[in-house]
Amino acid sequence: MNNEGVDESKRQFLTTALTVVGAVGTGYLAVPFLSQMQPSVKTMAAGAPVEIDLSKMETGQLIRVAWRGKPVWVLNRTPEVLATLKTLESELRDPQSLESLQPENSKNSGRSIKPEIFVAVGLCTHLGCSPTFRPEVSPPDLGDKWKGGFFCPCHGSWFDLAGRVYSGVPAPTNLEVPPHRYVTDTLLIVGEPTEGESA
Amino acid sequence: MKPSRLNACGEWVLDRFPLASLWKDHMTHYYAPKNFNFWYFFGSLALLVLVNQFLTGILLTMNYKPDAKLAFDSVEYIMRDVSWGWLVRYMHSTGASAFFIVVYLHMFRGIMYGSFKQPRELIWIFGMLIFVALMAEAFMGYLLPWGQMSYWGAQVIISLFSAIPVIGDDLSLWIRGDYVVSDATLNRFFAFHVIAVPLVLVMLVFMHIVALHEVGSNNPDGIDIKKLKDKDGIPLDGIPFHPYYSVKDIAGVGVFLIFFATIIFYMPEMGGYFLEHANFIPADSMKTPEHIAPLWYFTPFYAILRAIPDKFAGVIGMGGAIVVLFLLPWLDRNPVRSIRYRGGIYKKALALFVISFIALGYLGTQPATPVMTNIARVFTAIYFGFFLLMPIYTRWEKTKPVPERVTVELSLEEQLPALIEAFEEITELNPVSEDSSQHPAFRSVFFSRRPNAEGIRKVTTRLAKKLKESLD
Repeated sequence: MNNEGVDESKRQFLTTALTVVGAVGTGYLAVPFLSQMQPSVKTMAAGAPVEIDLSKMETGQLIRVAWRGKPVWVLNRTPEVLATLKTLESELRDPQSLESLQPENSKNSGRSIKPEIFVAVGLCTHLGCSPTFRPEVSPPDLGDKWKGGFFCPCHGSWFDLAGRVYSGVPAPTNLEVPPHRYVTDTLLIVGEPTEGESA
Repeated sequence: MKPSRLNACGEWVLDRFPLASLWKDHMTHYYAPKNFNFWYFFGSLALLVLVNQFLTGILLTMNYKPDAKLAFDSVEYIMRDVSWGWLVRYMHSTGASAFFIVVYLHMFRGIMYGSFKQPRELIWIFGMLIFVALMAEAFMGYLLPWGQMSYWGAQVIISLFSAIPVIGDDLSLWIRGDYVVSDATLNRFFAFHVIAVPLVLVMLVFMHIVALHEVGSNNPDGIDIKKLKDKDGIPLDGIPFHPYYSVKDIAGVGVFLIFFATIIFYMPEMGGYFLEHANFIPADSMKTPEHIAPLWYFTPFYAILRAIPDKFAGVIGMGGAIVVLFLLPWLDRNPVRSIRYRGGIYKKALALFVISFIALGYLGTQPATPVMTNIARVFTAIYFGFFLLMPIYTRWEKTKPVPERVTVELSLEEQLPALIEAFEEITELNPVSEDSSQHPAFRSVFFSRRPNAEGIRKVTTRLAKKLKESLD
């Protein structure tokens, strides 16, 4: 290239200016391109609340419903289970659920509005597998320390029947409790916060 | 001779496109070392598998439906109702595993003969980028059949990103395009698997080969053949890629296709290792299979993830296992390339690394019991030890003198006499008792070959000594 009679500083300025303008333009274009991959409006709207009728539920029964495509569990806990839950605290990582996700109305040791009815998102907080419901005490495959709970088959995390994680397993926090409220005594809505609270 | 129309057409093209010089520079006048051995088949085989994946992949997209409601059934439709659909699908699924087999062997060749060292660092980096792109391609492709393993495998791997502090949750939401793995995820993985990643792969393969042809191929002796040239400037130890290696590679292709076809026709699922059993059940977002494991080619990294008891540290360990491979050219401080002239400490370290990689691969397929997890921790330590201690132990190495010219190994034909001799040594011939009722003139003498304990002991000792020597 013939550089004779070239004003180098002007050329440098033009090069820099063009680079900056190009970078800004690319930055603006990146916003719609990257946002394209965010959940669409339709997807976000599909997180509609789910109504669950509890009138036919038996003690000890677990039902699964889909909310936002995720499994949500509703468990009717027996008095024995509620008694066992109180004895487990020393083995748990976060027994008071200080670092875990739940609405204010479920931030207690049983992690529920009504003591017997437990509602949780059935996905392990480690890598998102759905744990299996193992209410039996001391089954041969899980050993004597098992007092009934949820066991994740993927990476071996243990949760009790309040969805609280045991210490020494890969899952970092307790199972998530979704926002939920009771319309009547036996009609539960999952995915809708209690009045005066944001989701 | 009167120029034919065909010749005229050829001339017309050659005047406008540098076909002749490209062919010359990269085929007939690209000089490769004359001592390439078995390990040098895997580069061209990887290219062959890439072409296989492209052809079969294009055919599969003609009948596959990237829709959560239709995907599983469309794969079964390809398997049952599309003419030869099963063949194309099995070629594609077996091709994925074959790709990783040849790429792992190709990478091991590079580590063994120091092909990543100066001046070939960039070839190694491009190669590693190809490996990463290949892993992304395989992972996204595995979601498409929309079986239980597809679904929960994707769920686990995408959740890995949520372990990153601060941005993790938003990042995994952005990757999925939904709160869980769903139709949106399937559709975008299809786009990545079919368009984006293959484009990146082709560009990287192109750059890998351009960089290779710029500096020239390494060889099993790790010698720079460009140092000694004849009066025409041709390396003394070099031979033209075409026809010598093009023909040799075709022989390699033949052998490869025998294995490839055997798997496609007789064991396309490979006992659950190439296509997992749980993937013949449609995806169910409410229920995780009892035991989930990734496909075999991810299991070494998966075992590392599980071996580390903390979520974020586990993800870092898994990513780090790949990052250390990128750094290899700068971790190895020894200037000697080939394993043949390197010190015993490196040979032993490499052997330990290979053992730990295979062991982690096995452990990754097994359920994570406490005992298995502890074993995985030991092998994870060896895996990282091989790389991270390398700057130290490669300095202590006592290397052997590297020859001026390449050495040529004996061919199988040339080794035959020695093999026959060894066979004679481990067996002995005993005359079988003669049939004494026959007249001596008609008696035949029989010999029977029996194992010779003394000979076996001698040969084994010699082999063991040789093995020990080769590790020093």
